[in-house]
Amino acid sequence: MSALIEVTGLDKAFGGVNAVEGLSFSVNAGQVYSVIGPNGAGKTTLFNLITGIYTPTKGEIKLRGESVVGLEPNQLAERGMCRTFQNLQICMNMTALENVMLGRHLQLKSNFLSTLFRLPSMLRDEAACRERAIELMEFVGCGQYVNTEASAMSYGALKRLEIARALAADPKVILLDEPAAGLNGTETAALEDLIRKVAQQGITVVLVEHDMKLVMGISDYLLVLNYGRKLAEGTPEQIRNNPDVIAAYLGG
Amino acid sequence: MLNSLFQSRQFGLLVLALIIIVLPFGLQNDFHYDIAIQMGLIAATVVGLNLLVGFAGQISLGHAAFFGVGAYMSAILTGTYGWSPIPVLLFAAVVVGIIAFVVGRPILRLKGHYLSMATLAVGFIIYIIINNERRITGGPDGISVPSLSIFGAELNVFNDYQILGMTLSGTFLWYVLAGVLLLLAVWIAQNIIDSPIGRALRSVHGSEVAARVVGVDTARFKSLVFVISAVYASIMGSFYAHYTGFITPQIASFEHSIVLITMVVLGGMASTLGVILGVVVLKLLPQVLADFQELEMMMFGLILMLTMIFMPKGLLPTLQGLARKYLRKKPEEGV
Repeated sequence: MSALIEVTGLDKAFGGVNAVEGLSFSVNAGQVYSVIGPNGAGKTTLFNLITGIYTPTKGEIKLRGESVVGLEPNQLAERGMCRTFQNLQICMNMTALENVMLGRHLQLKSNFLSTLFRLPSMLRDEAACRERAIELMEFVGCGQYVNTEASAMSYGALKRLEIARALAADPKVILLDEPAAGLNGTETAALEDLIRKVAQQGITVVLVEHDMKLVMGISDYLLVLNYGRKLAEGTPEQIRNNPDVIAAYLGG
Repeated sequence: MLNSLFQSRQFGLLVLALIIIVLPFGLQNDFHYDIAIQMGLIAATVVGLNLLVGFAGQISLGHAAFFGVGAYMSAILTGTYGWSPIPVLLFAAVVVGIIAFVVGRPILRLKGHYLSMATLAVGFIIYIIINNERRITGGPDGISVPSLSIFGAELNVFNDYQILGMTLSGTFLWYVLAGVLLLLAVWIAQNIIDSPIGRALRSVHGSEVAARVVGVDTARFKSLVFVISAVYASIMGSFYAHYTGFITPQIASFEHSIVLITMVVLGGMASTLGVILGVVVLKLLPQVLADFQELEMMMFGLILMLTMIFMPKGLLPTLQGLARKYLRKKPEEGV
């Protein structure tokens, strides 16, 4: 197995606060890799660093062996990385389907002229994109919302819609930022199935999550953060028995 | 069947074409035609501005400046230097496109109030240049513009023309031209919106960060739509200059920019037909309130504020929503 994402000596400071400090780890292709830790441990900051929303103060991030520090999120998307957000980022001025179709932006080849005159090549491209988007909405369990305005959908459905949009980009790796936050038990169980199905397609999943039952159930490997530093890493079994982790979580 | 007609993307264009065809039966004199022609030319400008403001969610408080540059380039190059109007119009559009690209690239990194201030400043700079370069632009006194000629045929509002055995006034032909231009402007705008490019533009409005993580180069798309809307303004500015035959720096002023923005907001942001309604209302208003001319700017400000508070979606989308509620029909797609 090769390292898909490789992080070495990563630092991020906001003013005097070190949100992430001296962090090194690597994610192998095909894994479900989870990042856990108490509130304020720097999980979301780490996500924002990997996906290009923030620029690291120090350190190196490699995606498939290529350094990606300083690249814009859209350039990372071109390299096969896509993500969802803890607080939803859905385009409320569009329908649910259009949101997913937006995810296929990079797969569409139409140029300005074919758009201006609605050439057949562009219309064919759009029809295929629409079909794929509907497929993905059904895959994540949003099939009934195809023609619904995004603003009229429930929170749980929007969370799944975000995953569909990320999958639409045909990513190599997908980063999910607290996908189960705010979901009820049934919805979380459905989400667990969905993440498994995504992983089965060979897409690497990196997960930030608070729901321990979910995380321990589906992760191949875990990274535990505390105050921006690595507290532990290992398989779910190793983490569960790690005294440092127990202390951090239970305040021992 | 009727329902599918309502939902078709051509429906709005069809309605607009019908209105343009039927309208002359209600226009009684040249003054009425004059207002209708100005509405058409301004509406086409506003349809372009709506791509930027309504769909991509970026603000421009200096858009009249692009309109002014198009108009003044046409005035100067055809009047002073004797170039042919249509090539000048295209040349001006290219120049304005380049100006918009060069200016837009840095300022479109700004958001909200900062972007407003930057576009405001760009508009003012252009206005001041036009106002002060008296030798070239005629300064505050304005400049006269030769009438439009297409392939050697001159189109002048004071002439009559024999076409297919009918005698048509120059004013009527200008009305036809303005109508065709408006339909073209709407058709192009709808094609842009109803495409992957349009989706990317709307996503910039909806959630810029979401757009970026799925690979939309938001800086490029913002710049693109800024250029498109500036080119719309430039072309319509050129036609406007040829139509009125005389322009002053007022058409590039801050006040004119505000009027254009108010038309977009009142008519309905992200509604191509809505903004045309906005133009109609705000062009008719000064005629109705002719006795209170000095209060015009205040009225526009008040309208802008009241629209924002009481119908943030704008006139047409609000009316559509009410009609839908009344008819209890399934929601149809906005145009």
